[in-house]
Amino acid sequence: MSTVLPNPIRPAFTETLGEGHVIVNIGPSHPATHGTIQIVAELDGEKVVRTDVHCGYLHRGFEKECESHTWHNLIPYVDRLNYCSALINNFAYCDAVETLMGIEITPRCRYLRTLLAEYSRLADHLTCIAASLMELGAMTAFLYLVTIRDYIYEHLADLTGARVTYSYGRIGGLACDLPEGWLERLGTILEQYEDFVGRVHGLMDRNRIFIDRMRDVGVLTAAEAVNWGYTGPILRSTGVPRDLRKDTPYLAYAELDFEVPVGIKGDNYDRYFVRMREMDESVHMIHQLMDMLPGGPVSVEDRRCVLPDKQLVYTEIESTINHFKLIIDGPQVPAGDCYVAHESANGELGFYIVSTGAGIPWKVHCRAPSFVHMGGAHRMLDGYQLADIVPTFGSINMIGGECDR
Amino acid sequence: MSRPDAGTMREQLAGEGREVVVSHGTVVVELAPVAVLATAQELKARHGFDLLLDVTAVDWPQREPRFDVVWHFYSTRHFLRVRVKTQVAAADPVVDSLTGLYGSAGYMERECHDMYGIRFRGNDDLRPILLYEGFEGHPLRKDYPKRREQPLVPYRK
Repeated sequence: MSTVLPNPIRPAFTETLGEGHVIVNIGPSHPATHGTIQIVAELDGEKVVRTDVHCGYLHRGFEKECESHTWHNLIPYVDRLNYCSALINNFAYCDAVETLMGIEITPRCRYLRTLLAEYSRLADHLTCIAASLMELGAMTAFLYLVTIRDYIYEHLADLTGARVTYSYGRIGGLACDLPEGWLERLGTILEQYEDFVGRVHGLMDRNRIFIDRMRDVGVLTAAEAVNWGYTGPILRSTGVPRDLRKDTPYLAYAELDFEVPVGIKGDNYDRYFVRMREMDESVHMIHQLMDMLPGGPVSVEDRRCVLPDKQLVYTEIESTINHFKLIIDGPQVPAGDCYVAHESANGELGFYIVSTGAGIPWKVHCRAPSFVHMGGAHRMLDGYQLADIVPTFGSINMIGGECDR
Repeated sequence: MSRPDAGTMREQLAGEGREVVVSHGTVVVELAPVAVLATAQELKARHGFDLLLDVTAVDWPQREPRFDVVWHFYSTRHFLRVRVKTQVAAADPVVDSLTGLYGSAGYMERECHDMYGIRFRGNDDLRPILLYEGFEGHPLRKDYPKRREQPLVPYRK
């Protein structure tokens, strides 16, 4: 019994450009393509002549699903966009809704969100670098980096109850305040980070094999990067110092001292190094934020969006009604639309939300950096070797959850 | 170098049948579909909006014309955002493609075509990107039932 299944994609080319060329299909079932990206490549021997990159294998109707849940109920879905740094998604989405509602979050929440966003960036970059080094065979460096990442995951689980999908942001604040001893443990992890990342620098930076695989491979010029919509570490690796945290500061970034590391020529090595340097800047920011963290509540006193205290729900009728209204009808977000962008680990993460004044969004659109980056990925793959696809693709840090939504 | 702020940019972009306001820090330009390409050219060449961030649409089934098509631009020089909005009818949802100006438009227009059925004149590569070949309908239109399934591989009994 064999039925021929239709091909889910239509490749951009089925004929080769030159004699002796072959067209091969890489992924989606390939460990280096995260099981979600399909690259149709024309090869001349080992050389990649042209590529056609397809995504969508992880499409799960995120935006459609958002249109039938209350503004609050979306937060777990938002987690699953970039699941390597879910907190940044949480905070960007909440910021968008808060902008439309005209809510100003409390000082403690603002600093905590900044701290946790940087902590997530650290985890995201660790994952990206660890995975791409492992794909080049650097198992020791991989284990050093994921060790730290796992400390971070466990530490965030202490705070939020989950290792990866935290659902910790709330419209108007955060789910809860820090547990006892959380900041002390943070200090210890950051010390261990210095130790492990120092070892990775020692293993990789001047490693002949590593440099041969990374230097002058997957080169992107600054003009091309802008033309293809690149943001984040990839744009910065081409020498363009654009970072939303510096250019249009949000949360508490205006009060922090940090640098925007840039690369020289936009190759794989620069992308590796920009991420390594950004992690150091994130740690520097976290240290500053630990000292600056003010006291006070983590959520605003706004009955339009923040759930009342459980004690009050059980003892007074206004709070009971308030609780039920927020759960059943959802927070009433004033009609209108807005676009809010945060600098996520991969680049500009934007939320374009449209409200009709109801408790359910009319539209939630996520401008995902990974999706846009896939649109220009062929510029980094074409002209190099077949074996270069793996490190180049790894250095883009495509995250299937946000790419395919 | 002094950078123009959103208010200055609003004044510079106003006129020529364009309605320009500043909303939550973003300059919002509303215009007719025919003016999109020329405005994008002007934004890029004259005002330094070199990054096309996003292309999407909004479906208003009760309204005529039914769709808003929405673009977001960013200037890496002025650190400003511009949202360009236009309305197209369900009978002929066509706007000009920006692929000639921005490479990033290609993928995003394909997604918008997938999800809303907006056609981009001048983009001859509107193959499905998040959906698959043979997918019927446009899932983000409000009249597409959320639970409708179109499995490519038949479900096992």
